[in-house]
Amino acid sequence: MARLIAALSGGVDSAVAAARMVDAGHEVTAVHLALARNPLLHRAGSRGCCSLEDAHDAKRVADKLGIPFYIWDFSEQFQHAVVDDFVAEYAAGRTPNPCLRCNERIKFAAMLERAVALGFDGLITGHYAQLEQDLDGSVALYRATDGIKDQSYVLGVMTTAQLQRSYFPLGGSHKPEVRAEAARRGLLVADKPDSYDICFISDGDTAGWLAGFLGSRPGDIVDETGQVLGHHDGSYRFTIGQRKGLALNRPAPDGQPRYVVGIDAAARKVIVAGREHLAVQTLYCGEPIWCSPAQYGSWEGAVQVRAHAPEIPATLTATPDAVVVELHSPVLGVAPGQSAVFYQGRRVIGSATIIGTTPAKPASV
Amino acid sequence: MRIYLDHAATTPLLPGAGEAWQVAARTVGNASATHSWGREARRITEESRERIAAALGAHSGEVVFTSGATEADNLAVLGMAEARRQADPQLNRVLISAVEHPAVRLGAAELAARGFEVTELPVDSQGLLRLGVLSDALRRNPKGIALLSCLWVNNEMGAIAPIPEIAALADSYGIPLHSDAVQAVGLPSITFAAATLPGLSGLSISAHKIGGPMGIGALLIRRDAPIVPLTYGGGQERRIRSGTVPVALIAAFAAALDEVVLKRELQYESLRQLRNTLSDGLTALGANVIGPAHPNHQAPHILYAIFPGVSAETLLMLLDQAGIAASAGSACSAGVIQPSETLLAMGYTPQDALSGVRFSLGWTNTPTDITTLLQLLPDLLTRASSV
Repeated sequence: MARLIAALSGGVDSAVAAARMVDAGHEVTAVHLALARNPLLHRAGSRGCCSLEDAHDAKRVADKLGIPFYIWDFSEQFQHAVVDDFVAEYAAGRTPNPCLRCNERIKFAAMLERAVALGFDGLITGHYAQLEQDLDGSVALYRATDGIKDQSYVLGVMTTAQLQRSYFPLGGSHKPEVRAEAARRGLLVADKPDSYDICFISDGDTAGWLAGFLGSRPGDIVDETGQVLGHHDGSYRFTIGQRKGLALNRPAPDGQPRYVVGIDAAARKVIVAGREHLAVQTLYCGEPIWCSPAQYGSWEGAVQVRAHAPEIPATLTATPDAVVVELHSPVLGVAPGQSAVFYQGRRVIGSATIIGTTPAKPASV
Repeated sequence: MRIYLDHAATTPLLPGAGEAWQVAARTVGNASATHSWGREARRITEESRERIAAALGAHSGEVVFTSGATEADNLAVLGMAEARRQADPQLNRVLISAVEHPAVRLGAAELAARGFEVTELPVDSQGLLRLGVLSDALRRNPKGIALLSCLWVNNEMGAIAPIPEIAALADSYGIPLHSDAVQAVGLPSITFAAATLPGLSGLSISAHKIGGPMGIGALLIRRDAPIVPLTYGGGQERRIRSGTVPVALIAAFAAALDEVVLKRELQYESLRQLRNTLSDGLTALGANVIGPAHPNHQAPHILYAIFPGVSAETLLMLLDQAGIAASAGSACSAGVIQPSETLLAMGYTPQDALSGVRFSLGWTNTPTDITTLLQLLPDLLTRASSV
C-alpha cells in the first residue's frame, strides 16, 4: 500500500483513475490544482479545465470515494512556467504545446515535489499511458492500449525519476470502458465532455487571446522570393501549415493554395508558399529529456510531432544537447517550438523541442 | 483524535438549541395564519424574538429575522443608505472601516455602483479603527453621510472596535451607525440597548456562530431607523423583510443566544486562558500572533498567527490530516486562499497574508486541545516549510 496523491481535474478520467487506486487498497488523497488566476464559473463546452465548476466536480468525486480533498494553488507557477512561456514562444515565432509544459513544470514537477515533500509516495493521474517495469527494475513509459486516447505524447517530457513516482491506472483501458465504469461507480462526471483545447484560453480563440498580450505588431506576408503578397497584424497569429485567414491580395501563379511555411518574428515576416514547401525531412531538436536511459548515438525509432498525430519512422542521432531526426518519409507543417517525442515500438524514449527543420526534396513529396 | 478550532466559521450546535429546534419543528402552522396552529407558531416566534431582544438589551420590535448575517448586513447597508438617500438626495456618502466582512464591504461596493461615494476608513497595524481617524474624517467632511458601518469584532484576528465611542461620535453628527456583531455576541459588554448606545442604529447577528442552527440570523434595528426592504413579498418582518419565518430555527436561535449570554462571563474567561496558552505556545514556535495586544481590544476566541516561510495552504492540509480544523481566515475562491483584505489593510504583505492561519476557539474546546495542538505543531511546521 502506498500513500498517493490523486490529481483530480474534475473530469471523468482522473476520477476513475483515483477510484481504481482506492480499490487497490492505496491510501489516496485527492488534490485539485487551481491553475487559473481568475477561474471561470463554469466550463464552456470542451474548453477549460479549472473552472469553479470543475473544482466542485472534483470535490464531489472525492466525497464519493470517501477520500480527503484539497486544492493546491499553483496559479502563480502556472502563469510563469506555462502561460508566460506560451506567450513568449508565440512572440518569438514558435508554436509551443502548453500541455507538455504543464506536465513538465507543474504536474510532475512542482506538484509531485510538493507531494513527496509532504510524505506521499507518488502521484496518480488519469492520463492514458502505460508504465511497465524493466528487467532492471526501472519504470518505462509506453503508449496506452486505447490508440485514440493515447496521451504518451504529452508525457514525453517526464524523466525516469518522475515516472518512478507516477501512476497511470487508465493506460490499459479504452475510453468508453472508463465512462461506463464511472457511471457504474455513480460518479456524476461520467458524461462530462472531454477537454481538448488550451485550458487557459476559454473561448478557443488563441490569436485573439495572444493579441491581448502582444498587441498589434504589423508586418508583411511574403512569398519564398521575398515578394510582398499581403499584410498581417502580428506574426503570432499564424502557425506553420496554416492556410486560412491569410487574406493575400494576389493569387499564386499556379493557382494553388498557399500555406504559411515560415515565421520570422524578428523581421515581422510571415512566409507563404505552395503545399510542397511544407514538407520537412529533417528535424533539429534541442534540450532532450529522456524517459528512459539516454540513448546517444544513432538509432532507429519513430517520432511524433503533435498530440494525436501519427508517428513517423526515423533515424535519430542524439547527443546530450541535441537530437537530429532523419524522417523516413517527409511530414507536412512542422513548426519550431513543437515537441518531438521519440518512440521505439510502443515505448517512449524521450522528447526534445524542435528548433529547426530542413525541407524535403520536392521529388520525394 | 479530532480538535475543532474553527468556531469563528461555525460553532457546534448547543444541545439546548438542538432540543428547542426539535420541539418547535413539530409545530404545524404558518406564523402569519390566524387559526390556532398559526397562533401557536406565532407564539413560539414572538417568545423567541422577546428572548433574543432581552438577551441583547433590545426592544422586541427591533428584531428583524433574516436568513443569516450576510442578509442582515446587506439589508442594513443597502436598505439604510437607500432609505436615507430617498429622504434626502444629498445623503449619498457611506463610510465603512477597511476591515469589514465581505457582506458589508461588497454591499458598500454595490452602493458605489449605484452612485454612492464609499470611503474606507483605514485601520492601524492592530486592525483597529482609531477614533481620531473617524473624527478627522467626520470633521473634514461631515456632509452627506448616509451611513457608517463598522465591524464590532473582526472575524479574522478578533480586534474589538470601540463601538460605544464610535456610536457616540456618529450620533453627535446625526449619522446612523450599523455594526456587524457576528463575532461579538460572546463579549460581556455587547448590547443594543438604546439607552446605552443611542447612536447605534443597526446590529447584525447570526445564530450558527453562537451555537444555534445555520440559516437564521437577525438585524436588530431601531424602530424609527430609516430602512427600505431589499426583497419584496409578504412583509412578515416589519415590512422590511419578507418570507415565511422559520419557526424552529428562530426557537433554536433564541435558546442558543440565551445560553451564550447567560454563561458569557465564565466563557469569556476560560476562552481567554485558552487563547493565552495558545498565543504563548505559537510565539515560542516562531509564529507572529497579530492583532491588538491589549485584552480590552482583543476577542478571546480568535487568534491569527503568521508562520513566516510557511504556506497556509500546506499547513492547513497537514493540520487537517492530523485531525485539526483551522482556517485561512479569509475569503476563498474555488478553495484557493486569497490574501486577506483585512491583513493588507493592517499593512501586512500578501506573502504574510498567505502564511497566516486563524485558530478560533469555542464552547467545545478544552486545555488539552491546545496542548495537543502545540505538541503536534513543531513537526507539522517542519514539514510545511520543506515544501
